[in-house]
Amino acid sequence: MAFHDARQWALRSLRETWFFNVRGDLLAGLVVALALIPEAIAFSIIAGVDPKVGLYASVSIAILIAFTGGRPGMISAATAATAVLMITLVADHGLQYLLAATVLAGLLQIGVGVLRLGFLMRFVSRSVLTGFVNALAILIFMAQIPELTGVTWVTYAMVAGGLAIIYLFPKLTTAVPSPLVCILVLSALSLLLGLDVRTVGDMGALPDTLPVFLLPDVPLNLETLQIIFPYAAAVAAVGLLESLLTAQIVDDLTDTPSDRNRECVGQGVANTVTGFFGGMAGCAMIGQSMINVKSGGRGRLSCLAAGLFLLFLIMVLGDAVAMIPMPALVAIMIMVSIGTFSWSSVKALRTYPLSSNLVMIATVAGVIVTHNLAVGVLIGVILSGVFFAWKVSNLFTVTSSLSDDERARTYAIEGQLFFASAEDFMKSFDFREALTEVTLDLSNAHVWDISAVQAVDLAVIKFEREGATVTLVGMNKASETLMDRLGAKDGDAVGTGH
Amino acid sequence: MTRITAFIDASAYTESVTDHAAWVSRTTGYGLDLVHVVDHRRRTAPLDFTGNLALGARSTLMDTLTKHDAEASRLAREAGAAVLDAAKAHAEAAGAVDVHAKLRTGEMLEAVKDFETGSRLLVVGKRGGHADFAAGHLGSNLERVVRAAHRPVLVASRAFTQPSHAVIAFDGGASVGKAISHIADGALFSGVKLTLLNAGRRDDGLEREMDAAAKLLKEAGHQVETVFAGGEPEKVILGHVADTGADLLIMGAYGHSRIRTLIIGSTTTEMVRSCRIPVMLFRPDMG
Repeated sequence: MAFHDARQWALRSLRETWFFNVRGDLLAGLVVALALIPEAIAFSIIAGVDPKVGLYASVSIAILIAFTGGRPGMISAATAATAVLMITLVADHGLQYLLAATVLAGLLQIGVGVLRLGFLMRFVSRSVLTGFVNALAILIFMAQIPELTGVTWVTYAMVAGGLAIIYLFPKLTTAVPSPLVCILVLSALSLLLGLDVRTVGDMGALPDTLPVFLLPDVPLNLETLQIIFPYAAAVAAVGLLESLLTAQIVDDLTDTPSDRNRECVGQGVANTVTGFFGGMAGCAMIGQSMINVKSGGRGRLSCLAAGLFLLFLIMVLGDAVAMIPMPALVAIMIMVSIGTFSWSSVKALRTYPLSSNLVMIATVAGVIVTHNLAVGVLIGVILSGVFFAWKVSNLFTVTSSLSDDERARTYAIEGQLFFASAEDFMKSFDFREALTEVTLDLSNAHVWDISAVQAVDLAVIKFEREGATVTLVGMNKASETLMDRLGAKDGDAVGTGH
Repeated sequence: MTRITAFIDASAYTESVTDHAAWVSRTTGYGLDLVHVVDHRRRTAPLDFTGNLALGARSTLMDTLTKHDAEASRLAREAGAAVLDAAKAHAEAAGAVDVHAKLRTGEMLEAVKDFETGSRLLVVGKRGGHADFAAGHLGSNLERVVRAAHRPVLVASRAFTQPSHAVIAFDGGASVGKAISHIADGALFSGVKLTLLNAGRRDDGLEREMDAAAKLLKEAGHQVETVFAGGEPEKVILGHVADTGADLLIMGAYGHSRIRTLIIGSTTTEMVRSCRIPVMLFRPDMG
């Protein structure tokens, strides 16, 4: 009876978290796995490693994140965003350093999750996020350019044909993934006609065994750390950004919540373990997650199924995968690029405020120039902070009234007094007006920082030099505390009006 | 806190849950909130295996899912409102006082958290509408609700009969202590014969505790008997209930960790499942 009971309990709990949508999750997992093959290969090529590195990574990350992640229904695997960061590392130091950097990136991500830093995402505004996805789409597209330069017209024809299949085949049926049809048709054509195009097999080694546990072959010293740390930090940051952004998109699409800190730790665990299994770092994928949701995937099972199907496919179809012509992959990656790009943000350029547009465009530009999404996001965040400070500083007014005997003046200050409004604050006083009494009424103001405290101090001193008695009134508690702590003119010396 | 909350769904237990809740309401004079939770995770979206991403893929997908959810939610809400209206009429006819019907979306546990603060007692059915995976299994929500709740939970049986004889499974634990003080303080059990039943090894300490509990209940005006019956607790309790024709079982619930439950199974779930009468569950941290 006890065993029966335990099983019953386990079943109930599994049902809630894993098996509430079995049919949808399994079918979506299969669709995603089929789409992961070309992506994993394409991203390996971007990073400059053998396709098997990306395929192993995708299998390992998808399976692990299904258990450790904080956002059921989201797909994680090898991604373009992390691949572009590692190009120079691979070129200068080789694959083993990439694996070591992957492990370190994972550990950094675990640290972020454990320290519960997921809340920092709130400083990344909508405009920055839009810039992020647009930049990502452009990066994915740009990565296809080497495959489209110095090639014959056959390649262009095949890419065009592939795109036509991807977008027109669904008009016949929505039961079969059209990217799969694109791969099958183009592979058959190139084999039958003996077309002279590059194939996946030309791009490097494909998996021939199950992934095995190996320590990255790098010397464990400070020099290694110095080499891999900058890459690992960038990968960790970009990976978490894309993962949390994708989690937000899946939250919105499915109208269900996610656990951000668990997602951070989960991404970290997945990357750490993946590095030991010969895979490159990855993160959540916007395009694949959308495909998953569109295909009916909602639970953890969908990502697990995608990973297991992918493993099965590359083990069984290894030789066949080598024959896939590169133009088929390029067509699929162009589709991913198109689907990732936020077209509504282009339309919105005309209606959105200039500052939002500048933030979005600066984010994109930062990424395109540096090929580092983290740099773009940093630029975007800083710029949105500056714009916000500027807007708030404009909500600042000073009005004044003279007493009946024309000897005393009250300045009423309204708004946020901080570094950006301190200059306006100083300009609003007429220090040369000879008065006996000056009152600064801060009832509707808030003193935020040292710049503000110093500005108030300076104003008081200047009035006092002109021989006036100065009174500060109406400061709220927080402002008063700050003034007492930091101001040369403490409350008692000038009188706080109490 | 002069209200109780009954969670109903569209299962065969709806009427019985309402009856049980109405009994508590009319006996104690507490107002009754009838709550129906529509779980939005159960909606199925239209399937599309095209696996491609077109221009504006995200907004298109968002539109599709939102439209589908809106339609599914509207249907669920209308169905839910009908269930609630019927239950409310039924409860009022059965003598419940100050009945309010509340329709909510989301997870059952969220609703439990929201309602329990203003509630003295929660009433749920032995099986919920979604617990369709095997006969005899409890609703997937019951254990989660009882573990999450900070109030006594009355688990309604398939059919309602006005309780006249309640058996209190007395193990001397903190949970059953809560049960004794609740019963002594409340008006729900006036006129209900109470049996304090100890199953298991008889010892002096437990006997003293049981006598003290019996004394407390007698002072509160209840008719009380104490029974010691050795043996395997579950079997003894079930046997005693069957033999005496008792029509309510009161016991402590889920005294063990989830891990232990996973390994050796939960007595509570097994008891609730096996006996055919309503069960009132108390946990030590219940207010």
